[in-house]
Amino acid sequence: MEFNAIYVIVAREFKKFVREKSRLISAIARPLVWLFLVGAGMSRLVAPVGGVSYMQFIFPGILGMTILFSSMFSSISIIWDKEFGFMKEILVAPVSRFSIVIGKALSGTIISTIQAVIVLALFPFLGLKLGILNIIGVILICTTVSFSISAFGIVLATFYESYESFSVIMNFIIMPMFFLSGAMYPVKLLPEILKFVAKLNPLTYGVDALKHVISPLATGPMSPDFNVFVDIGVIIAMSVVFVLIGGKAFERKG
Amino acid sequence: MPIIKVENLIKKFGNVTAVNDVSFNVEEGTIFGFLGPNGAGKTTTINILCALLSPTSGRAFIDGHDCAKESALVRKSIGIVFQDTTLDKDLTAEENLIFHAYLYNVEKSERQKRVDDALKFVDLFSRKDDLVKKFSGGMKRKLEVARGLIHRPKVLFLDEPTLGLDPQSRTNLWEFIIELPKKHNVTIFMTTHYMEEAEVCNDIAIIDNGKIIASGSPAELKKIVGGDVIYLKTKDNLKAVDEVKKVLNVDASVKDGEIFISTIKGDACIPELIRTLGDSVLSVRLQRPTLNDVFLKLTGKEIREEGGSGSDTIKEDVRAYRRRHS
Ligand SMILES: Nc1ncnc2c1ncn2[C@@H]1O[C@H](COP(=O)(O)OP(=O)(O)O)[C@@H](O)[C@H]1O
Ligand SMILES: [Mg+2]
Repeated sequence: MEFNAIYVIVAREFKKFVREKSRLISAIARPLVWLFLVGAGMSRLVAPVGGVSYMQFIFPGILGMTILFSSMFSSISIIWDKEFGFMKEILVAPVSRFSIVIGKALSGTIISTIQAVIVLALFPFLGLKLGILNIIGVILICTTVSFSISAFGIVLATFYESYESFSVIMNFIIMPMFFLSGAMYPVKLLPEILKFVAKLNPLTYGVDALKHVISPLATGPMSPDFNVFVDIGVIIAMSVVFVLIGGKAFERKG
Repeated sequence: MPIIKVENLIKKFGNVTAVNDVSFNVEEGTIFGFLGPNGAGKTTTINILCALLSPTSGRAFIDGHDCAKESALVRKSIGIVFQDTTLDKDLTAEENLIFHAYLYNVEKSERQKRVDDALKFVDLFSRKDDLVKKFSGGMKRKLEVARGLIHRPKVLFLDEPTLGLDPQSRTNLWEFIIELPKKHNVTIFMTTHYMEEAEVCNDIAIIDNGKIIASGSPAELKKIVGGDVIYLKTKDNLKAVDEVKKVLNVDASVKDGEIFISTIKGDACIPELIRTLGDSVLSVRLQRPTLNDVFLKLTGKEIREEGGSGSDTIKEDVRAYRRRHS
């Protein structure tokens, strides 16, 4: 593995992220809108169940949403790099395709985790009580999920040549992934067919793992859907698979 | 041993044969020109040499490494300036070069020095902290050449380096490129469809429709169209023609009030003409064949000059616009 190459791919992404203030602002604004406009509105319809209010219930999902959007955007920037030529500078260098994928996935991981941590700081306003261990747990899960979703985004990006496909990805992949992740409503209440789709979604396991750590005492419909070890196992397994597929897909030559 | 060796290279895209049985060698330390109209197969050949494309058949070697099998070694030995810019416009000039230095694993102790030297070499040191999107086309090209040299490659590929530049930037870039083999100990492989630009090359291969139709030094190629032409005006053209034919033993005729003389060494011929004809000479003009004439003679068509890069820039602007507003 080429550590210098991985480092500089991450550093470039990070530098551009810090420079592009509008991206950071919209990245933080989106979860706030969902939490306080949608969440607060829905709280009037949905009574607290098993000691968990609706706002508290969707908080893990909102963290998941933050990660989903920023990881996918970061990885999909590969399509822009292809379109604007910069990808060639990377591809013609003596760097293995595997290192490129790791570098890109780590870029998404770092940027997403930072945003998730900013959103996480809202927890006291929702009446949540998180100890230091829970907070560390949440951050670790966010990091793992970010890596997994970023790697998934890279696999997608290798199949698209121009960013005209961006709205397709947005509407037919990102939005369904969000709604079918247990973020807004529990997976156990979904119809069978959607439950099946949700189980294929890497974000589902991330949101579920976060529910375990954020509201560990929840019972009833708002409690987590899977065992926490299953969640983490699936996330890690999917990450490995996505990195391997991404590396192979990058290897393709005309 | 030649630094680039290409043997019977063929590349097909579906039923399009972009490169059709091409073979050539490039000697170390020279400037090699790959000439041909748009769509001739120049970029495809470069992509194969850079291990970005696998050939359908045939082999290519750079510094003894097989481009299809030893891509890592090949990539270490080459630098490339692609036809379309591959700079990150949202990074500064210096950041683009630093990125390159890390990517090619340049030693830590060397990194900053090489980047600074490269920036100074192309006169962009004072602009190092400017975002690349503020640069002109010529500045971007020079920055890309400088970047391509940072890891000290043995071969530098330049794919249509002057495309889309104004005449002054083109001249300026050429003066800079011809210095590279000596200053940086590098072999230059360049493509262009501006024939006149290839005059600076030590060797040239002309490619059309995927096939090499001629190769050699510029002087050798020009022999294909015959020698120089001297145009001469005298007080009495008819009398002068006879005299010239007799004394100089060359082919001469009168056309449109001028004497038209074909010869191999036009420059050496002129003093002799003056000596022979003396005071009756009114004007002399020497025309040497250009590589354009060579191409015309070989293919029966002009190399088209298309405003390729102009429309590319528009395309890029449209994309950038859509990107901002999507
Ligand atoms: N990726 C590709 N897929 C299909 N056809 C291609 C591809 N790349 C190049 N070609 C075709 O191969 C031919 C040679 O192209 P190219 O090497 O780019 O020419 P040049 O660089 O000399 O202008 C052209 O007909 C072009 O359309
Ligand atoms: Mg080309």
